[in-house]
Amino acid sequence: MTVFRFLVNGTPAELNVPGMRRLLDVLREDLGLTGTKEGCGEGECGACSVLLDGQVVDACLVPMAQVDGRIVRTVEGLSLAARERGELDALQETFLQYGAAQCGICTPGMLMAARAYLDDGGGPNHDAIREGIAGNLCRCTGYQKIVEAIAAVASERRS
Amino acid sequence: MTTRAMPRPAAQPVRSAPDALVLEVGSTTAGRAAGYPLRREGPAKLTGAARYTDDLVFPGAWYGATIRSTEPRARLLRIELDPDADWSGVVVVTAADIPGENLISAIKEDQPVLVPIGGEIRHHAEPVALLAAADRETIRHLRSRIRLVTEPLTPVFDPEASDHVFAAYDISKGDLDAGFSAADVILEGEYRVGHQEQLYIENNAMIAVPAEDGGMTVHGSLQCPYYVHRAMKKALGLTGDQARVIQAETGGGFGGKEEYPSIIALHAALLARKAGRPVRMIYDRHEDLAATTKRHPAIVRHRTGITADGTLVAQDIEVIMDGGAYCTLTPVVLSRGALHAAGPYRCPNVRIRARATRTNTPPNGAFRGFGAPQTEFAMETQVNRLADRLGMSPAEIRRRNAYELNDLTPTGQVLRESVAAQEVLRLAVEASDFERVRQATAASASARSGSGILPPGRRRSGAASAASGIGMALAWHGAGFTGSGEVHLGSVASVEVTGDGRVRVLIGSTEMGQGTSTIFPMMVSGQLGLSADAVEMAPVDTALVPDSGPTVASRTAMVVGGLCIEAARRLRAEVEARNGGRPFAEVYRADAAAHGPTRIDQRFEPYPGISFDDEAYRGDAYPVFGWAACVAAVDVDLDTAEVSVRDVVAVDDVGRVVHPILCEGQVEGGTLQAIGYATIEEIKLDNGRYLNDRLATYLIPTATDAPNMRTILVEAPFSGAPHGAKGVGELPMDVAAPAVIAAIHDAVGVWVTELPATPERILAAMDAGVGAGDTSGTDAAVTSGDARRGAP
Repeated sequence: MTVFRFLVNGTPAELNVPGMRRLLDVLREDLGLTGTKEGCGEGECGACSVLLDGQVVDACLVPMAQVDGRIVRTVEGLSLAARERGELDALQETFLQYGAAQCGICTPGMLMAARAYLDDGGGPNHDAIREGIAGNLCRCTGYQKIVEAIAAVASERRS
Repeated sequence: MTTRAMPRPAAQPVRSAPDALVLEVGSTTAGRAAGYPLRREGPAKLTGAARYTDDLVFPGAWYGATIRSTEPRARLLRIELDPDADWSGVVVVTAADIPGENLISAIKEDQPVLVPIGGEIRHHAEPVALLAAADRETIRHLRSRIRLVTEPLTPVFDPEASDHVFAAYDISKGDLDAGFSAADVILEGEYRVGHQEQLYIENNAMIAVPAEDGGMTVHGSLQCPYYVHRAMKKALGLTGDQARVIQAETGGGFGGKEEYPSIIALHAALLARKAGRPVRMIYDRHEDLAATTKRHPAIVRHRTGITADGTLVAQDIEVIMDGGAYCTLTPVVLSRGALHAAGPYRCPNVRIRARATRTNTPPNGAFRGFGAPQTEFAMETQVNRLADRLGMSPAEIRRRNAYELNDLTPTGQVLRESVAAQEVLRLAVEASDFERVRQATAASASARSGSGILPPGRRRSGAASAASGIGMALAWHGAGFTGSGEVHLGSVASVEVTGDGRVRVLIGSTEMGQGTSTIFPMMVSGQLGLSADAVEMAPVDTALVPDSGPTVASRTAMVVGGLCIEAARRLRAEVEARNGGRPFAEVYRADAAAHGPTRIDQRFEPYPGISFDDEAYRGDAYPVFGWAACVAAVDVDLDTAEVSVRDVVAVDDVGRVVHPILCEGQVEGGTLQAIGYATIEEIKLDNGRYLNDRLATYLIPTATDAPNMRTILVEAPFSGAPHGAKGVGELPMDVAAPAVIAAIHDAVGVWVTELPATPERILAAMDAGVGAGDTSGTDAAVTSGDARRGAP
């Protein structure tokens, strides 16, 4: 057991856990942040995507030993300011308007991948967006409305 | 394809048939996308607040695990617990612990909850014992210390060799011999499709919580709460009140959470009962892939007679489905497959013989389309090959044969209304510019084909590394349950004004992403003169909601929606009558304060004029059909034979569109699932075990594999439903796979007759003879010269 200190959604966390404990389990079971989902446990589906220092990673593949001193952002921290007002942020709102979430189980990870794509300066080009979310599987939407929603947010930001 | 940049209602649906009753869809509300309500549970899903089963916390809960067979067939002699291991802090459950009947409630009750000592293990992932402990480490440590002592038996893997028949149907019409003798061309074909996994992204999950009175509550990811409820009563020996099923947020189903959750619920409940505490039974992806139901593999053989002008005159079809080790829903899957096997085409002489047999592989079950995608892939590929043989456009051959009003199906059903086959075909051809693109792909194929001096090679041009192709398919999908299924179900749906003046819909139909929670408030509020926001959905909890039937067969919007609309009309009439005829919206709160709650239970009544003879297989197999056309454009890499599906036009007639964006979402998702079926999704077996039972090896399409899609919704309403809806969930799954296979043929000149069209299969077909078309690959096509009569 080792003490790890890191920031989760802007809040400092300090946990005494084994270094090989998965970030996914720490988030879901130790911190109660169940917005991050487990779909496969082997880095294929992206349902557990979170941002680690702004980079999208699969939380099921990240041991706590790699999280010490770093910044973790999950779906719960996607829109802290908007949430305090009881609202969704622009990305979430656009997903809702476009019908980009159906069963919702891939949605938290998909939103984090989209956030990373947009924060990295990604634009509205559909092929580029598809590459950006290629690590996140969705079985409901055929991706069409997800791609359109991300493109709309990217366009909005540019205009 | 064009892409749309603005949130919008989907393109206005095309209204093709005379209006039945028009549903008043949600009135425009400020802040809402183009007048349609946003997904009701959307904000919770988008913020991570939605609670799926594995997100639920029950203090003191233990973890459960399933000990499975590792043999495809064997006699279970003993279960041995390693005497050196510490079993004190755990619970082990075997068949001896089952208080009720050791059977999973189903059509034919042949599947045990756990294999008893002396019983027969029938597939490699069969549950034999259960284990629960306070932590996962203990489970990991102890599960390998449970040893199954068995005596091997000879397994059967070939569905054609199996002598155990789960179901068989014979459907015929006209005179087959006369039909074939009138044909100019007779074409034979054999088509094979394998297993397909639903691959909902949320794995199966159940948590059982024992009650002090001996009852049991399960919270889980499921489609059909009353299936689970029935299973609990039977195997746990509980009364209806003691068994309680509560649906958690459900991360996709596609049929995969239709019947299997009953097994998981019973396993969790048996452990919880013995441990005296809640038990979590959360499958990981590997277990979910290895053990739960798949789409039935099938072999479909066609012999088709057609005249030189492209008129179908005879169809002889044989369907064999592999049911796996237990019956599950196989008889109804086979039935739907057989009833759709001749395609949406008029043909005077038809014979369809279908059977499903038992093999020693994990049981196959429900999956979107439910037998129809298998047989419609075969039929549509047969039709595309017939067009190719006759030198006729695939669109033209369909125009000549597609059903029209008052045509007769193979069961003798008269298509009395709502037949939109020609309409969806026309729209798909126009929207995709099908004939022009087809000419262009033919011109490039011809440019690649060389001089003919040398034998053809795979790559025909130094410049072209890929070949483009376009293909189409047409499909029908019977709406709702097959035959007299709905009559037997007798579903009940309720709408109420609660004592504190809230309007609430009570149904056991589940939200699993398709939009139930959003469309029911729309349908009900329209009848009550309220906004959709003013109508609540009761939680899906068998202690609260009636049995509105399973959430399957694309029946929810059509059948249960119809019940709720009727219930709302009666509710409105009752409340208004009590209040001097003043509008419901103005008086319902005061009415509740004065008179207390008012609840209307609406029971299904047979659709007028619809009847089916289950014994003879004659009559109205479905009250009405949905119709779909799909055009797919592909690129095939000429070196690797990798297929890229680039663009798809999907045209679907759903009767009435309740919510355009959700409806489009169903079409797009179903289309991509069908494209996965056509191109990459495959399960390989060894000795009855799935070899690729992980997400690293069972592949589904990513965003980069998915085409750009254009959806066109058509409305040919059904007069039997008050709102005209016919359902949408399964229709797109029937039609996209054969369109992709046709596009591959258009690109590289070979017919792939076994799904998926992997690079290996395409290359094998190409190597067998580029451009040889019908005589290549596994295709057993034969043109009978003897049968030709006055051909040009």
